[in-house]
Amino acid sequence: MTETIDLRLFATLQKFTPENSDAFVIMPNATIREVLEQIGVPVEKAKLIFVNGLKKDLDVKLGGGERVGIFPPVGGG
Amino acid sequence: MKDKLFKRLEEVSTEKQFPDGTAYAGISMANTNALAREFKMPARKIDISALAGDIVPERYARNMKSFSALDQKTLLKSRVTVVGTGGLGGTVSETLARIGVGTLTLIDGDFFEESNLNRQLFSTEPLINHSKAAAAEDRIRSVNATVEVTHHACNLDDSNALELISGSDVTADCLDNLPTRFTLQTASKTARIPMVSAAVGGQSGHLTAIFPDDSGLELIFGDPKEAASLKGAEQTLGNLPYTVTTVAALECAEIVKILLHKDSTLRNRLLIIDLNDYTFETLRLN
Repeated sequence: MTETIDLRLFATLQKFTPENSDAFVIMPNATIREVLEQIGVPVEKAKLIFVNGLKKDLDVKLGGGERVGIFPPVGGG
Repeated sequence: MKDKLFKRLEEVSTEKQFPDGTAYAGISMANTNALAREFKMPARKIDISALAGDIVPERYARNMKSFSALDQKTLLKSRVTVVGTGGLGGTVSETLARIGVGTLTLIDGDFFEESNLNRQLFSTEPLINHSKAAAAEDRIRSVNATVEVTHHACNLDDSNALELISGSDVTADCLDNLPTRFTLQTASKTARIPMVSAAVGGQSGHLTAIFPDDSGLELIFGDPKEAASLKGAEQTLGNLPYTVTTVAALECAEIVKILLHKDSTLRNRLLIIDLNDYTFETLRLN
């Protein structure tokens, strides 16, 4: 069965949003790092990674069905 | 003297009505100022005594369906240090003055530039090249002269941070650079003061509350040494006025919650907003 995630990219990373980002197809047991490499997001920009509302790191494995958010921190005031 | 003040407060208070028709005893700004002169006390302390007797200073009347008299009194007795009085800090300090936070310390070593005019509340054409902190103090005095406000036209650094934030109930991080955010965090933790930290870039922003024993900014920006060289996304995205104002308003909501010891703060949580698609998400950081 094909596994998908709901992938949301914010701020400067929004331009990397793939088609069907709300049902983005992942490889079995893909990590966040692999997903980002697949869509061309520079991993050093992905400082804030959230899976189902919890902060995670690049190497967390995805099983499908997760809501994934990638946010580059902003620093302006 | 206390009894005499309460007696005078009762004499000068008048019956008023909230928009929903319920009655309350109110005191006008003119009468607060007259009693301040009569009793040789700061106007802020007259308003605190009024609230202790359930007399509402008219300037706070529209707060009162959301706040109790005790809440409003607590705000009037509170001190907040706002670090950075540009985009976020302009709106934050004005909002805190209007809602009735009694003592404000405003810190900013910058001067207004033309490129600030799109979003920084206190920047006006005549004030280009003027101190942002001095402009902030002037504005606060004209909005709410009962606020005890001081400004410091200098940048926060390791040598002055502890002294500048001393005595605060909350520090407000409205800065525009990561090294100084970490400096403020270190000082706030040392002084055991909760800090509310907000940041913006383009249509995005984020906001959190950091208590003295929390991990704090490292959870958002990573290691402070590496973060010092990190360019925030705002360098690419610029800063839009409605994003700044929205995040500044949220920062004030959080500051007031902490001052009033309310639940559901953003401690160990990060509120992320993206106005591009109206995303508002609150995420667990730990």
